[in-house]
Amino acid sequence: MKKGTLLLANGVEFEGVCFGAEGTVIGEVVFTTSAVGYQEALSDPAYHGQILLQTFPLIGNYGTNDEDYASASCHVTGYLVREWCDTPSNFRMQDNIDHFLKKHGIIGLCGIDTRRLTHILREQGTMNGVIFSGEADKAALLEQLKSHKLVRPAADVAVKEPVSYPAKQEAYRVAVLDFGYDRSLVAELNRRGCSVTVFPALTTAEQIKQLGMDGIVLSDGPGNPEDYTDEVANIKEITALGLPIFGISLGHQLLAMAMGAKTKKLLHGHRGASQPVVDLRHGRTYVTAQNHGYIVDKESLSSDVGTVSCLNANDKSCEGIDYLSIPAFSVQFRPNVIQYRSAPESEYDRFVQMLARENA
Amino acid sequence: MPLRSDIKKVLVIGSGPIVIGQAAEFDYAGTQACRALKQEGLEVVLINSNPATIMTDKAMADKIYIEPLNLDVVKRVIEIERPDSVLSTLGGQTGLTLSMQLAEEGFLDKMGVKLLGANPETIHRAEDRQAFKDTMEEIGEPCIPSKVVETVEDAVSYTEGTIGYPVIIRPAFTLGGTGGGIAHNREELKEIAGIGLQLSPITQVLVEKCISGWKEIEFEVIRDRKGNIITVCSMENVDPVGVHTGDSIVVAPAVTLSAKEYDMLRTAALNMVSALKVEGGCNCQFALHPSSMEYAVIEVNPRVSRSSALASKATGYPIAKVATKIAIGYTLDEILNQVTGKTYACFEPAIDYLVLKFPKWPFDKFVYAERTLGTQMKATGEVMSIGTSFEQSLMKAVRGAELGLDTMNLPEYAALTDEQVYEKLHDCDDQRIFAVFEALKRGITPEKIHEITMIDNWFLYKMQNLVKLEQRLSNEPLTDELYKQAKDFGYLDGTIEKISGQTIAHKRYASYKMVDTCAAEFEAETPYFYSTYDEENEAKEFLERKGSGKKKILVFGSGPIRIGQGIEFDYCSVHCVWSLKELGYEAVICNNNPETVSTDFDTGDRLYFDPLNKEDVWNIIQTEQPDGVVVQFGGQTAIKLTKFLNEKGVNILGTGADSIDAAEDRERFDEVLEKLHIPRPKGHTVFTEEEAINAANDLGYPVLMRPSYVLGGQNMIIAHSDKDITEYMAIITSHNIENPVLIDKYMMGTEVEVDAICDGTDYLIPGIMEHIERAGIHSGDSISVYPARTLSDKIKKTIIDYTGKLAMELKVIGLVNIQYVVYNDEVYVIEVNPRSSRTVPYISKVTGVPMVDLATKIMLGATLKELGYQGGLYPDAGYVAVKVPVFSFEKLHDVDTHLGPEMKSTGEVLGIAKTLDEALYKGLVAAGYKMKKKGGVFITVRDTDKQEIIAVADKFSQMGFELYATAGTANTLNKNMIAANVVRKISEDPANNPLTLLDSGKIDYVISTSAKGRIPARDSVKIRRKAVEHSIACLTSIDTANALADCLAMDKTVNDIELIDITKI
Repeated sequence: MKKGTLLLANGVEFEGVCFGAEGTVIGEVVFTTSAVGYQEALSDPAYHGQILLQTFPLIGNYGTNDEDYASASCHVTGYLVREWCDTPSNFRMQDNIDHFLKKHGIIGLCGIDTRRLTHILREQGTMNGVIFSGEADKAALLEQLKSHKLVRPAADVAVKEPVSYPAKQEAYRVAVLDFGYDRSLVAELNRRGCSVTVFPALTTAEQIKQLGMDGIVLSDGPGNPEDYTDEVANIKEITALGLPIFGISLGHQLLAMAMGAKTKKLLHGHRGASQPVVDLRHGRTYVTAQNHGYIVDKESLSSDVGTVSCLNANDKSCEGIDYLSIPAFSVQFRPNVIQYRSAPESEYDRFVQMLARENA
Repeated sequence: MPLRSDIKKVLVIGSGPIVIGQAAEFDYAGTQACRALKQEGLEVVLINSNPATIMTDKAMADKIYIEPLNLDVVKRVIEIERPDSVLSTLGGQTGLTLSMQLAEEGFLDKMGVKLLGANPETIHRAEDRQAFKDTMEEIGEPCIPSKVVETVEDAVSYTEGTIGYPVIIRPAFTLGGTGGGIAHNREELKEIAGIGLQLSPITQVLVEKCISGWKEIEFEVIRDRKGNIITVCSMENVDPVGVHTGDSIVVAPAVTLSAKEYDMLRTAALNMVSALKVEGGCNCQFALHPSSMEYAVIEVNPRVSRSSALASKATGYPIAKVATKIAIGYTLDEILNQVTGKTYACFEPAIDYLVLKFPKWPFDKFVYAERTLGTQMKATGEVMSIGTSFEQSLMKAVRGAELGLDTMNLPEYAALTDEQVYEKLHDCDDQRIFAVFEALKRGITPEKIHEITMIDNWFLYKMQNLVKLEQRLSNEPLTDELYKQAKDFGYLDGTIEKISGQTIAHKRYASYKMVDTCAAEFEAETPYFYSTYDEENEAKEFLERKGSGKKKILVFGSGPIRIGQGIEFDYCSVHCVWSLKELGYEAVICNNNPETVSTDFDTGDRLYFDPLNKEDVWNIIQTEQPDGVVVQFGGQTAIKLTKFLNEKGVNILGTGADSIDAAEDRERFDEVLEKLHIPRPKGHTVFTEEEAINAANDLGYPVLMRPSYVLGGQNMIIAHSDKDITEYMAIITSHNIENPVLIDKYMMGTEVEVDAICDGTDYLIPGIMEHIERAGIHSGDSISVYPARTLSDKIKKTIIDYTGKLAMELKVIGLVNIQYVVYNDEVYVIEVNPRSSRTVPYISKVTGVPMVDLATKIMLGATLKELGYQGGLYPDAGYVAVKVPVFSFEKLHDVDTHLGPEMKSTGEVLGIAKTLDEALYKGLVAAGYKMKKKGGVFITVRDTDKQEIIAVADKFSQMGFELYATAGTANTLNKNMIAANVVRKISEDPANNPLTLLDSGKIDYVISTSAKGRIPARDSVKIRRKAVEHSIACLTSIDTANALADCLAMDKTVNDIELIDITKI
């Protein structure tokens, strides 16, 4: 048992025990309240370069397997848990979480008071932290923490070349502009008869037009939306194509910026599988999965450009926009199984209906 | 849209007496409902037959009827009160079934009453087996292959023709799965299906493919009328499918499901609840194949339930309250989460700890009961624990369940050979978890244990961690690191030192974490804590940050509900807390029972959800630094802490530790009586069998035997011979009791009970209660009458006098309960309990004297005079109130129903009226007696009862009942000119004997007393069990039978008796 330390940018230290990969890692420390889905979280591109804290104390209970990745690889770089399970149990299990982290080079620290750490992040906001083992020059590390910032992390996780996922029975052709998409996006679209091509984020309007796409999805991904000025400019041109557009999470933020709105940082973000959203279109409230640290400032959205379609039921922040001038809508949450089982309609269905209408 | 404007006055139907399968959780739900309604300014009318509940308290409702819960009575309440709505889903199955009957008959429409909480279509589709199956098929949710049948023949042909053995039989519309079971062959199938059909009010059973061994997963779902829907909590049963969820060890959240499986079942739950259009809480149970994605829906309960109470306490999300608000028009997004004060009820709780529920079974009392667990629930109560690991939660739960254990080591299993331990794994009973632990200790692998028990390896590996830790403790030096590990795994300091044989160098106190519904994402407003061993102590920080500067009082609750210590102690604890708050103190609660009102997040100013053991309690005191603690309202659980707390110098409010000891220590108590010249039945204190036999012979049989320091007459018996003494000493000593055994001369006189309040100078007796049954039957199982009916003024005066003397001499400050026996016109003291008692809620309600409130104020220095009360006996209320016990014998196979000095009832009901006969009639109806006025009576009594039975039999005969009796009894009756048919013994005639007579349907009442009982093989026990199977009233005391006969002879029905709103008393 090798001892390890988490040092936060505010100087607070947590002593724990190392697991997973060995070494030192710096990143923004964020927390998720989901009790299940740790493998999906570790491989969620929106967590790229972050140190992830699990508020649920027992992690790794059902092991890991080759099926439950949210993307082709893992993106979390540091992992903080109270207790990891060295004797997992599940019929699909192929490995335990410790080996899984080692295999993916994720540096883990366990045996810490995760609730206390959550308190700090809740009160003081997400902040940078470093996990290391043994002795270290803490003053130097604190200096590093001050300046650590991922620049345009979406570029690291997005595709470099277009990748195609044809639907079994193609009804529409959909372009995904990639900032860090997850597999469920492709599966949901394929299931609805959409052949999907995932493009690098800076693919131009002209290229998309030439390829004869029926609609565009702006994917989720990591990072501060304000860093993506080129992408926002590119999206602005794409909106001029008049094709149906569906923005998800980071994609939602970038579309809003392209349409003149602004974004702001949340104190500690929305991360977990139990975020309630008020759907103003249907007069309903439902539970969603979310993973984001920034939101669209709803005050900055011009009323003749779009209307806020969804609000977070807790803090009333913007969770979705319907655009008036273009055939587009977007949501801040993850439109996945968690949401659409309790919502009146799936956002994917809505998008496909929009494709049908606009392509009629 | 907020509150519906067409709702002004709501009738709430409670769940009636506590029985196995329907317990305190419905008082908790009903209380939350009443409070939620009152907060909205609505007028609340309440009906519930259970007087021990908090919901039947004046503070809870505007009009309160403690009346029998049957259709006629509820209709009359509706006619009197004219509510505009009735709330149906908060009173368990009882309340729901009554509401549905009212709706289906068209009565509600006729009276213009709206049904809130459920619509009949939803209930029909959820509860009717076939309609449920059809609904599930429509939405593509898989059910277990099954068929509804109405005859035993159909059950056999479906099983053998279609699905094959084993099969599960589930009777329709019965509580807690009463009458169900698993059949492995035709013989078993015929038996179980036969009983199930009989018990089902609609003569239907479901024959179902047995999926024993699959994982059992539950979701608590809540939905509003707009269709907004969330899951509050997932739960996983440690015991796989096959054991009733009420008898399973359960963890929350589910731990062995991957996100895919979790999402699959969550989705299924949401689909089901949406399709059923439930508006309110709903419990969904699933079976999940352990090695595939195959699953099946077991059932849904479209109402609040035991599971929803557990989920509420496990998450901090008040399901009953939210369900009530939904019923009166609110939607989830309009209901604020009071725990955070920031989030709304549409938020799915996120938890950052592991909750474990451990059932509390009555097998310590019913030593001959069948302990096997199956589809029939047997537990009377449960404890919940919260920890940061499975190990910690399990250890807390086991020591909190008051089994006499502080680890998973069961002494009787430690003595077994490896082979015997291996065999024990195959017995699916209440002690299987301990057999598993012992097996792990013996080196049997988790994989092997899994094969036998089908308990998921995850749980077995975690239990193996406990085994390994205990090995380290016994083999290694007790370092700080090892000590910390043991604390993280939930071991007490004393246990650690005992196992390791070493002294702990640096003891640690517990720190406390908060239950906040949101895994710390938001700051919580209502402090609800559990202990763990971390650096951060949130309770301490909370006190520093938000301390009010008020004085703090810590109130100890009563732990799990068990026979002898039930909901009445929660009533007392909660009232104490309310009084403390009213007086300007901060009231802090410690308890570990998830079913109760005391553990609701906003009952006290702070809640510590932890076991009530010395060290656990001491840790809380370290953090809280209370100005005083209260032990007298938490039953024996809290009283047991007194000595320890006193030694630690804690300020115990009210009666002191020395007084409690003086009342409980035999010799000291004898000295007190001698000094006061108060007689008691002669007796001796013994430790060994030999001493016991000598003592008994000295006193002369019959004698009463019991261990000292017990509640509910546990292991208390009447011995008639040396042989009895030998048998019972063996049972008593097997329980490892440190205290001596008491042997008293048994006097068969009139039993009288008083509860009194004393301030050190004056004392107040709100009422004297007299039992219908003579001494020898436990007071909790006796029918108790207020005011006393047969006592002369002289005897009453003596009782008042003795009560005052005892209270003064024992320096009682607060409540005291005293039991007397009146024998040959002489008053003897049986026992004195310087604490609250079972009868406090009932007497408070019928006399209007707020006993707990007065006692609490007196503990804090007030006097009766200041509070406006004269001393002595309080004037009669002008009503007769009869408390009738209620049993759960149909749930517990092989338990002899013969009443005796050991308590057997699980709950009670009240009958209140102007006259004794009327009150008794109501009480008997409320307790479930069918009160048939013609038919057959079968009588078989012991020799000592033969003279007394004559008059009773005559009464039945005069009313036109056909009498049947065993040879000896019939002989006595016939000699006295009472015609009785002779029934031959079971061994004499297999085709024509008491059992076949009971099967024939000719018998409506059985009067059976026997000198011997308990052992299931005896004829008398078989007869009484047969009566239970057929739901035939069986009276085991001549006194009860006599009272019943008088009631029947009155020639009235419950409809002829006035209903009483007790708020007007």
